[in-house]
Amino acid sequence: MELLLALAVGALFGVGVYMILARSLLRVILGLSLLTHSVHLLLLTMSGLKRGAAPLLGEHAERYVDPLPQALILTSIVISFGVTSLYFVLAYKAYKSIGTDDTEQLRREAND
Amino acid sequence: MPLLHVLLLLPFLLAAALPWLSRLAPRLHAGWIALAGPLLLLAGFLRLRTAGDGAPLSASMPWMPSLGVNLELRLDGLAMLFALLISGIGALVVLYSIFYLDRRREAVGRFYACLLLFMGAMLGVVLSDHLIVLYGFWELTSVSSFLLIAFWHRRQASLDGALKSLLVTGMGGLAMLAGFLLLGIAGDSLRVSELIGSAEALAASPLLLPAMGLILLGVFTKSAQFPFHIWLPDAMEAPTPVSAYLHSATMVKAGLYLAARLTPLFAGQQLWYGSLTAVGLATLVYGSFRAIKQTDLKALLAYSTISQLGLVTALIGLGSVYPAGSASPYAAYGAAAAAAGLLHLLNHAAFKGALFMTAGIVDHETGTRDLRRLGGLIRFMPVTFAVSLAASLSMAGVPPLGGFLSKELFFGSALNAYRAGEGSLAALLVPAVAWTASAFTFVYSGIFAWRTFGGPARETREAAVHEPSWGLLAPPLVLAAAALLLGLAPALVAPGLLQPALLSMHPAAPDAYGELALWHGVTPELLLTAAVFAVGGLLLYAAPRWAPLHRTIRLPLSWNGMYERLLRGLDAGSEKLTAAYMDGGMRRSAGYIFVVLAAFLAIAAALAGDISVVLSGMAPVTLFEGIAVLALIAATLAVPFAQSRMMAIILTGTVGYMVVLFFVLFRAPDLALTQMIVETVSVTLFLLCFYHLPALKRERVARRTKLASGLIAGAAGLAMTLVALGALSDRKFGSISDFYLRNSYELAGGKNVVNVILVDFRGFDTMLEIVVLGIASYAIYAIIRLKWPGEAEEEGSGLRESEFRLVYEDARSNDVILQTLAKVILFLILTFSLYLLFAGHHQPGGGFIGALMTASALVLMSIAFGVRTIRKALPVDFRIVSACGISLALLTGIGSFAFGKPFLSHAFGYAQLPFFGQNELATAVLFDLGVYFTVVGITMTIILAIGRDK
Repeated sequence: MELLLALAVGALFGVGVYMILARSLLRVILGLSLLTHSVHLLLLTMSGLKRGAAPLLGEHAERYVDPLPQALILTSIVISFGVTSLYFVLAYKAYKSIGTDDTEQLRREAND
Repeated sequence: MPLLHVLLLLPFLLAAALPWLSRLAPRLHAGWIALAGPLLLLAGFLRLRTAGDGAPLSASMPWMPSLGVNLELRLDGLAMLFALLISGIGALVVLYSIFYLDRRREAVGRFYACLLLFMGAMLGVVLSDHLIVLYGFWELTSVSSFLLIAFWHRRQASLDGALKSLLVTGMGGLAMLAGFLLLGIAGDSLRVSELIGSAEALAASPLLLPAMGLILLGVFTKSAQFPFHIWLPDAMEAPTPVSAYLHSATMVKAGLYLAARLTPLFAGQQLWYGSLTAVGLATLVYGSFRAIKQTDLKALLAYSTISQLGLVTALIGLGSVYPAGSASPYAAYGAAAAAAGLLHLLNHAAFKGALFMTAGIVDHETGTRDLRRLGGLIRFMPVTFAVSLAASLSMAGVPPLGGFLSKELFFGSALNAYRAGEGSLAALLVPAVAWTASAFTFVYSGIFAWRTFGGPARETREAAVHEPSWGLLAPPLVLAAAALLLGLAPALVAPGLLQPALLSMHPAAPDAYGELALWHGVTPELLLTAAVFAVGGLLLYAAPRWAPLHRTIRLPLSWNGMYERLLRGLDAGSEKLTAAYMDGGMRRSAGYIFVVLAAFLAIAAALAGDISVVLSGMAPVTLFEGIAVLALIAATLAVPFAQSRMMAIILTGTVGYMVVLFFVLFRAPDLALTQMIVETVSVTLFLLCFYHLPALKRERVARRTKLASGLIAGAAGLAMTLVALGALSDRKFGSISDFYLRNSYELAGGKNVVNVILVDFRGFDTMLEIVVLGIASYAIYAIIRLKWPGEAEEEGSGLRESEFRLVYEDARSNDVILQTLAKVILFLILTFSLYLLFAGHHQPGGGFIGALMTASALVLMSIAFGVRTIRKALPVDFRIVSACGISLALLTGIGSFAFGKPFLSHAFGYAQLPFFGQNELATAVLFDLGVYFTVVGITMTIILAIGRDK
């Protein structure tokens, strides 16, 4: 399972990077989301999968899964939500005021 | 708090309180308030001196005990000499500046705040026994002197001068820090007094030489020694009181102080005394020669200061040739040279302070400092002339002033060096250079006094030149009187002040000042002095008539030119370097980041060598999970090929929901809940922003660029896969998670370990996280509100306003079923969100999830009934809601101070509540409530800000 998930992490990361290297701001933002997903899965995979119950102490399980990556990921989800929203609005505003969401074109506009 | 610490803290406190104090008395010149600082310090140090029995006074206060860095102060003879100089001359300078700076025209409040800051920093340098603390204060003197030099910050010359002094002394300070650290490693201590105790063990360490060289750099830059002197003349752009204080008596002497302080440690080391003496002598003769050529009064004084600092540096160098207990027959010469250095240090503070102040008076009264336009002032300002004559004569070394005594001692030490060198050429150079420089000194001292005050009065001047007010005159008068007293009755200060300072440098030194007298028979020193007067007088007479002297020498390689070329070169070079690989585009920057990421991971893996991928022990794969992974990968790979904006957004959303599925599968209920709601809100936001924008254009990208992007992406993805596998296979150390699992319930009273980590164990992180979110939401609000130039006309071509209003602001769904259902579901969702919030401590849930759930209910309402309805139904400013949330979280954290616990310590207990029965009450829930309000406020601010934009 970990092997499969590691492959998924790689695929997500690779596609994320590819999208970030694109010219359209929308693609960049979507790429960033994919990158975030990849990192979340990576953190989850690192601690080993399915080795116990959910980290809720009431479950009376023999062992629990690692709560630490989960706390990390939870923080990351919320932060990346803020970051992604900011980028959205930035791209949206750029499009509205300059009329393009192509980074190369935006740069040309800025230099003029 | 020990008295030493109180005294050290006093100027800082006064500097901080000055704005309020001067507001209490708006008509009073802030200088009168600031004057209290040096006066109190002076009284305090004098009291400590009379109270003590001569033994050094130490006091320590903890600062960073875990690092072994504490505020260890030590007041011995040397520190006392400097402390009295700093506070005594400080008081005179403050008094002088009250009459020099016009309260109505200058920012006197800022001036005195900086001056007091400097005073405190300087005191810190001389009182610190700990090298790291000393370094901190040392840099603070650089920073505060930067502020003082740049006091007239509208003048480019002031800024340049300030920058130059900061760069030169700052670089030296950094080198010095490295030296201190090496010294600390070699001597296993950073306390000066302890290091001196283990000087012999240190001498054997291989780190000693590099440490010494680096510390010497600090000394030379701070004390403006050749070739680092270039900053001092430019620092003359400062107001004259600053020059009188910093560039004669205090800051430039910090280097001398350090050299003197470390003398017992480094005495006998050839690099130490050799470079101090050689650099000192070079500076002495160079500075004195340059001083003669100056036509600006302050520039002349600046070069003369450089030269005099060189003199003292050379004497400290000669004073550290023989280590303590040396068997050399010449060992006594060392203490004698050090004694001469200390006496001259005191003399220089007196006469140079007075000279700077009279230069300021001349500038103030005549409006110029140009020697070519000055002359004949003796008729108008006889008292000022008397002051500057006394000070100049002391500088020239004429009896019966203090300068004569120290000049004689200097010649004595120079001749001693010749004797000790037993006739070698290098030893002969010492007296030769000393004599030449003294002749030059005589000349520029004469120029200062005579060319300003003597000769015919110039016609170009306005008529109303007269003596200045008493406040400008009194401080230099006191200093000139001190210069005279030092010559007539050195016994007044020598035993009580100079001898203890000498003992700090040479613990076994005999009484060096007992036989000090103006007349001690015809000695070689006296003959040298007589020759100086004769030759100097001749030169002074000939100087105005000797044309070559006034020709400016243009060397192809000047130090200032090198400094400027270096600075410009660094500027241009770094710009060129950046331009070589950055084109300002985002793609290139991002590309570099990922190339470096992949490359570094590959290098790290190759270096580690023993990373193996173990496939055994992995969780088994069920068919269902396999299909889920494949679906995830397929959705991911499809994203770049999406033809429309909508498709790309939905595919990304799919990936997000698949990730939620994995969170469910791998026992992470909190994550699954959060991710699901975030994904929903995100997709809504995506669509809100981009639905009405024109279709995604196919990117016209060159095949090569595409290939490069693909390669980078492939490498990065591969690297990540390997990281994931590598991390799994080879555990080098155990996880800290067990701690959380074991203690979550006992220490924090919560059963949901993830939530407990977030709000309790790592509550501070969460605190900062919501602050970050808050900043993001305000930024979004601002971006939306911001009207960009040219936006109005672009509006038509982009999104038509009426259309936007139609689709977003006024739009409401026509779907009756949706509207009816929404009304019911709204309350269900809200109730569920509150449940999630309060259950979070034990069950999946918590502030984040609850808040996002609430926000999604509100989003649903806005879709069904329109944003306007929401705003009418809930007339709340959500920015205020998030601010309240952050405050609540912060207050919960601060609340733990009331119980003597550190920030964000949580408490919990169990209480019998009416109606609810046995319940746990935890402050962590209060914190979570803060998080809840913050996140609701932020999410709604984001959503509504976009809706408000029309």
